This record gives sequence, C-alpha cells and structure tokens, in this order.
Amino acid sequence: MTAAGGGAAPASAADRAPFTADEMMTACAARALTDGMTCFVGIGLPSAAANLARATHAPNLVLIYESGTIGAKPGRLPLSIGDGILAETADAVVSVPEIFNYWLQPGRIGIGFLGAAQIDRFANINTTVIGASYACPKVRLPGAGGAPEIAASCREVIVVVRQTRRSFVDRVDFVTSVGFGDGPGYRERRGLTGAGPRKVITDLGILEPDPDSCELTLTGIYPGITVPDVQARTGWELAVSDSLEELAPPTAAELAALRQLQANSTTL
Amino acid sequence: MAEIVSLADAIAGAVHDGDQVAMEGFTHLIPFAAGHEVIRQRRRDLTLVRMTPDLIYDQLIGAGCVSRLIFSWGGNPGVGSLHRFRDAVENSWPGPLQLEEHSHAGMANRYVAGASGMPFAILRGYSGTGLEGLPGLDGQPAIRPITCPFTGERLTAVAALNPDVAIIHAQRADRAGNVQLWGITGVQKEAVLSAQRSVVTVEEIVDELAPQPGAVVLPTWVVDYVAEVPGGSHPSYALGFTARDNDYYQAWDEISRDRDRFSQWLADQVFAGAGSPA
Repeated sequence: MTAAGGGAAPASAADRAPFTADEMMTACAARALTDGMTCFVGIGLPSAAANLARATHAPNLVLIYESGTIGAKPGRLPLSIGDGILAETADAVVSVPEIFNYWLQPGRIGIGFLGAAQIDRFANINTTVIGASYACPKVRLPGAGGAPEIAASCREVIVVVRQTRRSFVDRVDFVTSVGFGDGPGYRERRGLTGAGPRKVITDLGILEPDPDSCELTLTGIYPGITVPDVQARTGWELAVSDSLEELAPPTAAELAALRQLQANSTTL
Repeated sequence: MAEIVSLADAIAGAVHDGDQVAMEGFTHLIPFAAGHEVIRQRRRDLTLVRMTPDLIYDQLIGAGCVSRLIFSWGGNPGVGSLHRFRDAVENSWPGPLQLEEHSHAGMANRYVAGASGMPFAILRGYSGTGLEGLPGLDGQPAIRPITCPFTGERLTAVAALNPDVAIIHAQRADRAGNVQLWGITGVQKEAVLSAQRSVVTVEEIVDELAPQPGAVVLPTWVVDYVAEVPGGSHPSYALGFTARDNDYYQAWDEISRDRDRFSQWLADQVFAGAGSPA
C-alpha cells in the first residue's frame, strides 16, 4: 500500500512530490471538459476542476451553479454554491426553481459534475446515509441536494471522488443519484434522459463504464500507481481495460493556474 | 399590509409552538437573527422546512426547538457535517428528529406548487433513487409516480408545501413594508407566497426602493411583519451590505461537534449575547 498510500506520486519521492494526488485528480477532471461546454458544478473538487479548465484550455466553459448563477466567471474558487462572486460575475442569476426546471430538467446542460460519499460498480452514488438502515444510520450524510436531477438530466455526468474501500463499494447503502442502476437498459427503463456517468475520476486514475455491461472499468492510471493499488482500494473485483493508459501528470501551467485559483481564495 | 415591528414582536406574532416554519435563503440572505429569536422565545415542536438546513437549523435543532425536518441537503457548505443535525438523527439528542427528505428540485417544486395554489408539482426526477420509497412525515409516500394525461409518460409528483410561516431576510423594505431582495434570490419568493404568514427581516428600511437589477419585490400586502435587523443574515451575507463570514462556518464545525460546547455557545451568544461564534 505504500505507493497508493501517498497518492499520485511515486513513494520514493512522496515527501518531495511536485504535485499532490488531489492536484492530479483535479487536472484530470479539468481535461475532461472541452471549451464551450455547459457544466453544472457542485462545490469542492468539481468546482476546482471546472474553474481550472476555464483558466486553462476552456476559457468559454459555461459554469452553472445550483444557486441559480449561469455563466459564472469567478477569479478564485467559490467557497460555497452561493458565494457572492458567482452572482456578481454571472451572465444571469435565476431563482432556484428556474435553474432546475428551465435549465437542468430539459437536458440543456452538457455535463454534470458530481462528488460522492459512496459509489458502486454501476456508478450509482450515495450521499444520504451509511449503514443498512435508513431510519437508524451509522452515519447521516448531507443528502441529495441537486445531485439526483443532475445525474438524471445532464447530457453526461463526471464524478470526482477520492478512492477508498469505504467509498468504492460493491453496492451503495442508499441510491441518492442513479448511475446505471443494475446495469444495461436501466436508465432507459427509468426514463432518465441523460446518458449517465461518462468518467469517474479518482486520486488513483480514471474509470469509465463498459459500453456493454455498464460496469466501471479502469481505463487510466496515474504515474506511480499500479493496478493492484487500485484494486486494493476497490470494494469489488475491478475490471481493467485492455488499453489501460498511464495518464500524464499535471503540466506546469495546470499546476500554476490551480494554485493561483486556490491562493486567490485564501487571501480574501 | 405588513406591520413594521421589532424582531421579537415579529417572531412572537408569527411563530407558535407546533408550527411548520420555512426559513429560506439559498446560502445568501439566510435569516439567522430571526432563527436566534425563535430559540430565545423557546418555541417547541416545530416542523422546520428548508432546502439547505445550514447552520441556522443546526442551531435550532441543537436548541431543542425542532421535532421534524423537511429538507434536501443538510451539510455545512464547504466545511462538512452539521453536527447538531447528525447528533439528533444518529443519537436523538436533544430529542428525536423525524425527517422528510427530498432533492433540491423536489423541494423547489413543492414551494412552487404551494405558491401557485396547487396541491402538487410534477417533475422528471427521483426515478430509480432510494428517495422514491421514503415516507413523508405522515408515514405515506412523499414522492409518487404520476402518468402524463397527454403523453402517457411516467413522471413524479411531490406534494405542495404550505408552511404556517415563512421567514426570510432581504436587503431593503420601504416604510409601507414593500420588500426588495437581489443577488441570489433562491426560493424566497415562493416560500413567502406558499406560507400562511410571513416575516421579513431587512438590512434597512428606506423611504423609496431604488430599482436594482434582477430584484425580487414582495408587495407589502403579501408580508405580515417587517423588522429592521442590520446584519441579520450573518454569518451568511446580504449582497451589497455584508460579506459571508467564512471563518464562522469553519468555527461552527468545532463549536457544534461537542454538546457542552454547543450549549455554552447557546447560553453566551443567543440567550445572553450578540451571536458571534468565538
């Protein structure tokens, strides 16, 4: 576990790592966004990635937050979905019913960016409770927020989540947001209009749903991470792509932009 | 017509034991001062409604004012857990807390239905989620399937929200009690229009409401009480007046983790003092 324990950097350089596992993950998530896309963003890692993309290769990325801010252009990482900088820099600010009904629900938004407390092999997400009983949970999590409809209605979904055996479970304790349900055809049967999760980006690599089985499959891996490292932090027998690729570390430009965004946030 | 009164009189007039109360404000304009006044007046057995319970409901839950909660996301935004909320759900402290849980879209549409005088709202959503099967506060399913009479599509219905009281914070009111808010306006208009009674705290009362881009105006005749409470949304913020106190949200994580520390905070800052976290 030593290599995996430190994250993206090789263990031998762990104490002098040029970048952190979170930075690698954020850069990978940012690269998944292309210029001109519309992106429904949650706070935390998804927001950092979306703002990094806008600061680097995707200056025309349209950031939409559930607080009703459309086309927000913050020069720092917003501290909450209702951060004043989102309203001040947005193309439009609309009410919460409007953002969900007029903008999200009809499939107008290209990418939904979600986090997860638990995710399973079919990319279903739990942010509600940990434990077998909803009524008497072991851990009460925050709940759904905007995620169920983001997962249902955005044309595609990207999930950003740190990978551990506790977060990557065979079956989620509670389905807050639907990935692929129990497998092929589930989304169609349920009338979910979006295509569902396209990538799950973790601090070890990238998983994508298999086109036939919908099961999450390891398709990309970070430098210094091995497949057994990823398996050790996955709660089911992990499928690995025949064309598994090693992902490029963050570039100097990506790191500089990300650190600048973070620095701008902490010197408020 | 709205009466312009003190905060204490507004809460005493509008909020009674056992009421269903919605204090709205989506990260912005959260009516904290009004929440603290509800705690000071020792209201009990409330059903609280709010999309994002935030610190304001963590405080009311920890203070023992709340028996039931209808909500869609119960975290400390950008920080982590709401510890008083979790302690109530996981350990029934200071008492049991019954939950009715939705998504944001579900909650927003429930307010829209309430404001529109409709018994329910329709949305695409919830399909396949665990939320579909959860009971509401009355023990019956809170989220139900419905078939479109035109296309035959299967959609989701959620019941209207019609709280006894809605409480919001706004930037301004005029002396007649017309209310103006702007920036992120969330679901406040719908909350006020769906409720039987309403209380609005404002940063300032002015002679005339100057136009503001994107402002929501609530005419005085849909508001019951207006109270001037500058800084009344602290530690959230009022665009154009105050900044979000992010340090308070961080500090709350420590204060709220521990029952004794929380109880001390309540004694010092709500019952005796001015409401700063330190």
